[in-house]
Parts: sequence; C-alpha cells; structure tokens
Amino acid sequence: MKLGNKRWFAVFVGPTFIAFCIAFLVPFIMGLYLSFCEFRTVSDAQFVGLKNYISAFSENSDFLNSLWFTIRFAIASVISVNAIAFLLALLLTRGIRGTNLFRTVFFMPNLIGGIVLGYIWQLIINGILYNYGYSITSRATFGYWGLVVLMSWQMIGYMMIIYIAGVQNIPTAILEAARVDGAGAIRTLFSITIPSVMPSITICLFLTITNSFKLFDQNLALTAGAPLKQTQMLALDIYNTFYGRIGYEGVGQAKAVVFFVLVALVAVLQLYFTRSREVEN
Amino acid sequence: MLKKIFSFILCVSLILSLMLVTGCGDKSSAEVYFLNFKPESADVYQEIAQKYQEETGVSVKVVTAAANTYEQTLKSEIAKRGAPTIFQVNGPIGYQSWKKYCLNIENSDFAKLLSDDTLAIRDESGNGIYAVPYVVEGYGIIYNDAIMKKYFALSDKKVNIDSAEQITNFATLKAVVEDMTAKKDQLGIKGVFASTSLSSGEDWRWQTHLLNVPLYYEFASSEDFSDPTLAGLNAKEIAFRYSKNYQNLFDLYINNSITEKGLLGSKSTSDSMAEFAQGQVAMVQNGNWAWSQIKDVKGNTVAESDIKFLPLYTGAEGEENQGLCIGTENYFAINKNVSEEQQQKSLDFLYWLFSSDTGKDYVTNKLGFVTPFSSFSEQELPSDPLAREVVRYMNDNTKNTVPWIFTSFPSDVFKTEVGGSLLEYVQGNREWKDVETTVKSMWKSERK
Repeated sequence: MKLGNKRWFAVFVGPTFIAFCIAFLVPFIMGLYLSFCEFRTVSDAQFVGLKNYISAFSENSDFLNSLWFTIRFAIASVISVNAIAFLLALLLTRGIRGTNLFRTVFFMPNLIGGIVLGYIWQLIINGILYNYGYSITSRATFGYWGLVVLMSWQMIGYMMIIYIAGVQNIPTAILEAARVDGAGAIRTLFSITIPSVMPSITICLFLTITNSFKLFDQNLALTAGAPLKQTQMLALDIYNTFYGRIGYEGVGQAKAVVFFVLVALVAVLQLYFTRSREVEN
Repeated sequence: MLKKIFSFILCVSLILSLMLVTGCGDKSSAEVYFLNFKPESADVYQEIAQKYQEETGVSVKVVTAAANTYEQTLKSEIAKRGAPTIFQVNGPIGYQSWKKYCLNIENSDFAKLLSDDTLAIRDESGNGIYAVPYVVEGYGIIYNDAIMKKYFALSDKKVNIDSAEQITNFATLKAVVEDMTAKKDQLGIKGVFASTSLSSGEDWRWQTHLLNVPLYYEFASSEDFSDPTLAGLNAKEIAFRYSKNYQNLFDLYINNSITEKGLLGSKSTSDSMAEFAQGQVAMVQNGNWAWSQIKDVKGNTVAESDIKFLPLYTGAEGEENQGLCIGTENYFAINKNVSEEQQQKSLDFLYWLFSSDTGKDYVTNKLGFVTPFSSFSEQELPSDPLAREVVRYMNDNTKNTVPWIFTSFPSDVFKTEVGGSLLEYVQGNREWKDVETTVKSMWKSERK
C-alpha cells in the first residue's frame, strides 16, 4: 500500500472532515440562513429579513435579562473554578500522601452528565433549604449560587488536571535558583509559578468562559429558569424561544446567532489577552 | 506487515461506520407512526400497537412525548423523514399552529365515527374536518370519601352538613376545609389538599385548569357570543373580572395544603397524586385521567368506591348548579405530508382502535377513555371510579357543565407566565394583583 501524501490526507482527514461538515458546517450555515426566515420546521422556511433580530431584542426583555444573568454567572464561576482548581493543583503537586487518589476523586464529577448533576444538586440544595421552608426556586439568588456551586464542582477537577500538568512542567532548576536567591513561597508563586503556567491559564480560562456561557443542561435540570425566568441563561432562553413558542422559531434562531457571535468574541478577546502574557520556558 | 494490518483495520472500521450512518435512516420506517400526547397511557399504547400488528400485520410505532414537551417533540419529529403520521393538536389554537400539516379527513370512516361532528375542528370557513377529538375528560376536586365521612361523623365539626355531596358552593367548601385542617390529626391526614405542584412544567392544573373557571364565567357573560369558547377566541383583551374567585380557591389550596408554601415550587403532579393515593390528604384537584396515577401508587390506601369528584367552586354567583369542567383538548390529526398509503393506514388504525371489539376494549378498560364516538354503546364506558363520576355529572341535568374554554387561551407562553407568577405569589415575592396583571397583560400581548 503505497499512497502519496495527498491520498493519505484524504484517508486521515476525510472522515473527520465529512463528519465536521455534516455535524457542524452544514447546520451552521443552515442556522445562519434560518435566522432570517420564518419557519415552523426547518424544511418550510420563508425569508423575512432582519425581522427576527429586531423582535429578539424588542419583543420582551428575556434575552437581555438572561444575557445579564449569564454574565454574572460566568464571572463568579470562572473565578471560583480557576482559583480553586489552581490551589488544588498546587497542593497536589507537593507529593503529599494519596495524591493520586485525590486527583481521581476531584476529577470524577466531570464524568457525570450535566442533567444528572443538575438533578442531584437540586436534591441536595432542596434538602438543605427545606429545613428553612424554602426551595431552590424561592429566590433567584438560590438558583444563581446553586449554579455556581454546581459548575465549580463539575469543572474544578478538569481544570485542576490541566494546572497540574502546567505546574509539573516548571523546571526544577528555576525553582531551586529562586530558593537560593532567597525567594519566599509567595514570591515564588507570583514570579515563577504563575508566569510559567500561563499557557495552562489560557486554556483553562478559555474552557471555563465558553462553558459558562454555553451552560444548558445544568440550568435546565437545576431550576429550569424558575422563578419567572430569573435564573434563565442564554442557551435556555434560546431553547425556550425556539421550542416553547409557536411562530418564534426564527427569533430563537436569531438569538442563537447573536449568542454565537458573543461567545466567539469573548473567547477570542480572552485568548488574545492571556496569550500575550505567556512566556517561553 | 504490522502497518498493513493496521491500515486494513482502519479502512474496515471506516467503511463499517459509514454503513452504520446510512443504515440508521431506514430502520425505523414503521407504516404508522403515532406521536402520543399522554404519558400516563404510554404503556397501553405500546400494547395496542403490538396487538394491531399481530392482527393486521401493519406495524405501528408509538412514541410518547414527556409531560409538557409535546410541541417540542412534534416540531422536531415532523421535520424528519420518518415523520409522525398521527399526531395531536390541542384544539383550535393548536390547529392554527399546525394547519399546514393537517389532512382533511372529512370523508374518512374514522371521522364519521363522531356522534356529533360539530366537535371536530374545521378550517376558518367551516369546511372539512382537520382534527377529531377522541376523548372527553372532566376535572374537579377529587376527594377521598372515607376521610370525608370520618370528618362528618365528628361530634365537634363546625358545619351543619353531613356529607361531601352537600357541598355546593365555595363558602361551604371553605368552612369544611378549614375545619378539617384544624382537626387534621384527628382525621389522620397531613393536610386537606395535596401539594399545589408548581415546579416547571407541573403547574398546568392551576394556570390552565383552574383558570378555566373564572374565565368561563367572564366569557359566558359575553354579549357578542353565545359560545364561551368562541368568545374567548375572539377576546383581544380580558377584564379578568373573576380574579377574586380564582384567588379564593387557589388560596384555599395553598393555605390548607400538606406542603408548606415555600416548598411548592419543587413539587410535581405525581407527588400530589401519590399523597392522595396514600391517604395523606383528603382532596386533590385533577381530572379523570389521573386514575392510573392513583391506582398504581405503592402503598395505595384509597378504596375505589371512595374516590369522588366535587366541582371547582370559586364563589361565583349561581355556582350551586355548577358541574365538573368537561371537554377535550385531545384531537387526532393526520399528517398531510406523508404518503397516501401511510395516511390511509393511519386512518385504518384509528378506525380499528375506536370501532373494533379489541380496540374498544383497550379504549374503555385500559385507556379509560370516555369517547365522543357513536361506536361506543352506553354500556361500554370505563369502569374506573373517576370516569364513572364524569359520566354521572354529564348525565345529571341539574348540573351545568363548565366547558373547557382554556382551548381558547392565546398561547403556551401565556400559561407559562401565569404559572410563573403563581409560583412567585406562593413564595411571597409577588402580590395577588401582580398575578392579575400578568393574566391580563399576557393575554393581550400573546393574542396579537
């Protein structure tokens, strides 16, 4: 079997490329087109221009409300996930007993699906709140912090693994040199460790920010937006617009396009800023 | 050598996976595809489908949408190649959304089964038949007569009536319920009413069914229309004059409930049906479809002969003669866009289900439907206690049935928003007047 480079390219990239087209590129372009259409099911679309985009913002304030809620959620969860994951990574690279066990345990929640996690945490949180005569839907803040806790619990393990890889990659020579020069633990952390794990920080921030914005299953299972859509995030709002209202499929689609642009923009900006701070070892 | 084996395996797995992808498409091409609306009947429909295939060789695929997700499921299923051939619309508003997909079945044997063809859904000019109702249902307050008898036997009861049947207005109901709450330990119950379930997707008993009563009174007094549903369909705005009555009964539910107000947001309908079935409460608002949910609960203590209905009294004038809320929101439609052969097979299936002896046996005894079809004789009625009660109320000439005017509610969003505001009201974050505003403003904005 002797094949030229081009043919090997077809063999290796072909299947993935086809899958990428079927599962991503084609639906994406279709979605873009549909956001300018009025339709009931995807096969009976009629072009209506910018109407959907206008009513996404003007019809009611759902979209903007959920955008604001999503931003507040993203800020809290990005901070909590990354801070805790980084601390755990520092702790679990010191060679304390049971390091591997801890790493595994912290990573486990990541293997459970979002819907399941949502329901589990709903039970836990309600179980606590019941004692005080509340449930998770009683106040929007309960749902908000519930989501932050849930997100943290799920993502910390994964980010921790990435940070551990980063921390372990720091050459011991540098650390020793710092110690010889008399740098304390804090100084070493800020002058050596953090600059050296910048690539990990870039990737972790990217993952947590995009995941926070795109959060859907956990939101649906934990609160489903109750009370009165006050804990409804962007993805859930889009879903509810698309499926919950007859005649609003196009509006839902328009919201989805805006959502995509927004997430892409935030992610690119973040990548640009953190990349510029990365240093070569 | 190793490389060759490796590339060979790679190629084979590639080809296999491609075949798998293409293979998926045609596997599920049943001749009749029925998208079922009623989760409580999901198992029975599977059984029926199997039986039908045994008898006729025609394969029937039944898919059941989870509670409150029918519109979503239909929307995605109907766009696929193997689209549902039989689907359901929930009345005139539902027909408006799906009319592009509804076949005119006026001349089918199935549509001719209707004993009164004015029940069917026709197009704007009143021609054709596009959807056929298949079940008549009723709802009200289901009560456990054993507990009620126990209460009425108490020597220190505060009311001067001796049976639940004598409750004929809201004032009496309220007096009885509040006295029962005070004596709940004596009665061995944890609350009079089962949980007013308000978790997401579980609030339809209040935002749709209970709201039906006050709005019925409003539409019934309309001067322009004699039919309250038509009045509702044509109402651009509502005055919500019976808001107080809506609040009356709703407050009675939540103030005499088994569950604290703050926790109602996490309760589901099946929670409340279980509470009723286990004898922890005396009353629950629901319809005759809930029989399967009562019967199948573990630790069921309610005797069949003790399960009865009370109408939804809200304190409206003349409610002494008010009966149960009886109507339908379940209409079958045939998908216009599937092949003619599939359409005919679907109609044959429905005809079989509602006219053959085997089919009718399933309908009356397993599904427990009271149907609007002439093929069912007076003896062929469901034997479950709730359906019998519905029939009893229907035949009682002294009682005025409240029709299901909620089929004229402007949209699902209207209902969801009302449900959301009820939850906020229960949790103490909103006042009743906010609920009132929501009902009025959402009606106006959703009915464009």
